[in-house]
Amino acid sequence: MLQSKLIVVTAGVVLSAATMVPAFAQNVEPIKARQALMEDNGDSAKAGGAMLKGEAPFDAAKVAAIFTEMHDVAMKFGDYFPEDSKTGNDTEAAPAIWEKPDEFEAALVKFQEDTQAAIDAAPQDMESFKQAFGMVTQNCKGCHEEFRIDKDK
Amino acid sequence: MLDRILTGLFLLVILGAGGFYLLTIPQRLNAATLAEVPAGDAMKGERLFWAGGCASCHAPAKAEDDDLLKLGGGAPLETDFGTFHAPNISPHPVDGIGGWSFADFANAMQRGVDPAGRHLYPAFPYTSYVNMQLTDMVDLWAFLQGLPEVEGKAPSNELTFPFNLRRGVGLWKLAFLVDGKPAVDLPADAPEAAHDGQYLVEGPGHCGQCHTPRSFGGAGGLELTQWLAGAPNPEGEGRVPNITPSPSGIGGWSASDIAYYLESGFTPDFDSVGGAMVAVQENMARLPAEDREAIAAYLKAIPAIDRDAGTVEASPSD
Repeated sequence: MLQSKLIVVTAGVVLSAATMVPAFAQNVEPIKARQALMEDNGDSAKAGGAMLKGEAPFDAAKVAAIFTEMHDVAMKFGDYFPEDSKTGNDTEAAPAIWEKPDEFEAALVKFQEDTQAAIDAAPQDMESFKQAFGMVTQNCKGCHEEFRIDKDK
Repeated sequence: MLDRILTGLFLLVILGAGGFYLLTIPQRLNAATLAEVPAGDAMKGERLFWAGGCASCHAPAKAEDDDLLKLGGGAPLETDFGTFHAPNISPHPVDGIGGWSFADFANAMQRGVDPAGRHLYPAFPYTSYVNMQLTDMVDLWAFLQGLPEVEGKAPSNELTFPFNLRRGVGLWKLAFLVDGKPAVDLPADAPEAAHDGQYLVEGPGHCGQCHTPRSFGGAGGLELTQWLAGAPNPEGEGRVPNITPSPSGIGGWSASDIAYYLESGFTPDFDSVGGAMVAVQENMARLPAEDREAIAAYLKAIPAIDRDAGTVEASPSD
């Protein structure tokens, strides 16, 4: 009698625990994807920064590639923030992304527009590159101020 | 018998309250010393205004350019103690500090006391500003007085018990308001610039207030053994980074990398400044280049401190 009760109780506990698992397991795939996109941005920014600092020569083709890459990221980035991806994989996405979706969307749109404008401007010399790059990179801190948490890792 | 016990208890309470009252009497700066400080130079004061970050708390949220000079009170500062509202420090005679003297200003900035004798909460970083020279303070005062008057008082703080007992800050100050002692000793061969940087960082810059952990679960004073080694974000999630020259700090950055970051907001890898540091970096960008270089020299000269072995994972990112 006791044994069958025990079996029922155990089965109940296991089943309940099983249904809880999805609540704890965060969706890590979009987190990894968006982290990779941001790293791509960082690589492009670094290449641009090297030219700005005079560490690399101005190269119009490279500049075009930088702005194109950043524009691609701007277009895709917003797709990687489903509700179940708020934690996991050391994400630095701030809760504000889900609490203020309109502001986040507005920041993304600005980044899309600024990068498109830079592509269209197609700078052919250092001066015009500096202007375009400056305009585009303002978006970095513009988003990061509200939408990124530093985890100092 | 009950009589005796009650009388005894009553006396204890009176003594306790009396003791509390005496211990928390506001301490002010020496009035004679303050009276001898010659009038300040507002042009020099502007540099201290940006180094001190006044606008970041006292101007409205998202203020830019000239709006940064309208110091009617800032965005709410939400912490574990409740929500702080930085007051109106424009020269408005009623709603701001237009009616204050230099002595009033100096006592607020360096003793955390207002002219009415109320203690100011240490969210206002007077434990750093106490390290400033009076000649700099009077220049800053001259600059502040020239700013536009802004109408309207800021809201009162909304703090949880017992932090809403303002008089209790007097006890906190007895323990944690330390006068004129450097946070760290620089090595004997540290360049002159590092000493200039020490003044900027430990005084007006008040960097330690965010970048250094506190005792008593975050409610105490700064843990000087962990100076600038990083701390929990006082406004929410995440961490304020380690900016000492250790591998888990910014040891891999050169002094010119640090100065460039303060000017542009970009790390050597072209990651971007974010969070509350954006406002700080934009203030730093307004300083003369030699100030950023001095801060950088200081940050290369301070002791390198790694985070607690128990909590850190290997971080090859630097």
